Amino acid sequence: MRKYVVALGAVALVAGMVSGAEAADKIKACFVYTGPHNDGGWSQQHDMARLEVEKHFAGKVETAYVENVPEGPDAERAIERFARSGCNVIFTTSFGFMDPTIKVAKKFPDVKFEHDAGYKTADNVSIYNMRWYEGRYVQGQIAAKMSKTGVAGYIVSFPIPEVVMGIDAFMLGAQSVNPDFKIKVVWVNTWFDPGKEADAAKALIDQGADIIVQHTDSPAAMQIAEERGLHAFGQSADMSKFGPKAHLASLVDNWTPYYIERVQAVLDGTWKSTDTWDGMKEGLVVLGPLTNMPDDVKALAEDSIAKIKAGELQVFKGPITKQDGSVGVADGAVADDKTLLGLNWYVKGIDDKLPQ
Amino acid sequence: MQQRPGDVMTMLEGILLTIVTAATPLLFAAIGELVAERSGVLNLGVEGMMAVGAVCGFAAASTTGQPILGVLAAIIAGMLAASLFGIVALFFVANQNATGVALTLFGLGLSGLIGDSFVGTPGIPIPKVNIPVLSDLPVVGRLIFGEDPFVYLAVALALATWWFLFKTRGGLIIRAVGDNAHSAHALGFSVLKTRFLAVLFGGACAGLGGAYLSLVYTPQWTQAMTAGRGWIALALVVFASWLPGRLVVGAVLFGAVSILQLHAQAIGIGIPSQFLSMLPYIVTVVALVVISRNRALLSVNTPACLGRPFVADS
Repeated sequence: MRKYVVALGAVALVAGMVSGAEAADKIKACFVYTGPHNDGGWSQQHDMARLEVEKHFAGKVETAYVENVPEGPDAERAIERFARSGCNVIFTTSFGFMDPTIKVAKKFPDVKFEHDAGYKTADNVSIYNMRWYEGRYVQGQIAAKMSKTGVAGYIVSFPIPEVVMGIDAFMLGAQSVNPDFKIKVVWVNTWFDPGKEADAAKALIDQGADIIVQHTDSPAAMQIAEERGLHAFGQSADMSKFGPKAHLASLVDNWTPYYIERVQAVLDGTWKSTDTWDGMKEGLVVLGPLTNMPDDVKALAEDSIAKIKAGELQVFKGPITKQDGSVGVADGAVADDKTLLGLNWYVKGIDDKLPQ
Repeated sequence: MQQRPGDVMTMLEGILLTIVTAATPLLFAAIGELVAERSGVLNLGVEGMMAVGAVCGFAAASTTGQPILGVLAAIIAGMLAASLFGIVALFFVANQNATGVALTLFGLGLSGLIGDSFVGTPGIPIPKVNIPVLSDLPVVGRLIFGEDPFVYLAVALALATWWFLFKTRGGLIIRAVGDNAHSAHALGFSVLKTRFLAVLFGGACAGLGGAYLSLVYTPQWTQAMTAGRGWIALALVVFASWLPGRLVVGAVLFGAVSILQLHAQAIGIGIPSQFLSMLPYIVTVVALVVISRNRALLSVNTPACLGRPFVADS
């Protein structure tokens, strides 16, 4: 540890001498990942954006990351170590890092913190996330067009608003094409267990689903769809390699625009605590590549993406009826962000019972 | 293979097939641990050995393009990991529990390091067995005649282990060493050598179980993809009261509960999914309790020297 600090000091010194300017000209951006930096999904997408940051600011920004940090008290140590080691801005990239981030931020008022997927802010803590539901809606449209059985199988992790929002958006998209579309939902209660995700995909297919959607991290379900000659959607990263014939579209996380913007703000000294929830328009949520579908389906998907980007298409625009028949979103109204972030009901037409 | 829409027979066949494949990696890892424990060694490093087997199998298979080389690499890697445990726990007489847990942590970390450049690469599919006519029989066709080769290997391994342990002199020596190391030593058998070989066998089997995950079950590599299956295998050995036949039953039962809970959800019977996810573990615990009630039977099969280090007094 001490060696590390000394080395850092040397780096700062050399950098200072070379540029001949103040230390503020060169900053350090640090990233905390919950999985391995190359997990092929969630953490990898964050790490790709980190590398883009390094490239974009060529020489002006140094980055560092720590991977496999368990959510909970251990995270606090990892974040604090970064704060002590001279990081100017620290990105903590998992929901479970929320409280540890807030705690450490209190101790280091001069360090900027950016927490992904949470809801607690402070003077030096910003939060940011993506409007994945925009992509889910388009996936639903594609699924309804492509499915022969009219049933999609949906593999999900935990019943949190983020996940429920995705299921609802997918169903709304599917219903916009085929009002009788059905989805079967399986909760695997984990974000990452390739074996279990594969089992879930097999179970859903054996029960008649011919399109697989997932809100878990591994490409296992895609491989099962490929093996069975069916179709599937990828999650977090482009998973087309795992299902050359099965892959329809991956919901890709592109954090680069946000990270560049935030690091620039730190460099400029204009960084302020913000609450960002961006989607397709800002280039964060990317649905692509669109593969293995006829031209008319592709055209429909591209049209919807364009409309969402232009703000013409609102996913959660009323009338939306809840599963129990009551009004979810009134006719003509659009659900506000607060409603979405606390979403705990299914739209009408979903057969599953939402775990509470 | 084009999926036919879900008629009942197809669904039943699908369920049975999935149960068998879910049970296979557990069976591999558990059969190896069973032999190690029969010789009196408790190796808690199964999860780590599986992870090392999974990554080495995947790496070798995708580098050479030969799945069979992947399988061999996984077996060797599992044995190497096991020999590490064997040397430390047997010859240096370190605490077996601590060494085993250390092996698990070490294996998980090492596998991440080895597999670094293989993440995000799809594996090579291994074809399933296909016998004309027989494999096409309704329901049982693919179940009995159309599995992947590993499934048959796992069943054969369980049978061979039973035969070896209870019908051969070698098996008798292993059991003697596990039940009373000092008597076996007095009779002139090498306790440490026997145990070391048993531990190596355990490593080879765990490596195979890992390779099954990364080559067949989900042909891909990601760190921690074993996701706790090594620990389940450890529980299954106790569940089976150290008998290979019961181990097969236990693995299939565990597989069945974990697959059926997914089907129950997909049908939408409205039982909370958290409860369903717990079911395989609840069933294991309940079965353990039921088995433990028959003390006489349990004491007959439990290796009396399990987990106790052996130092020859000379």
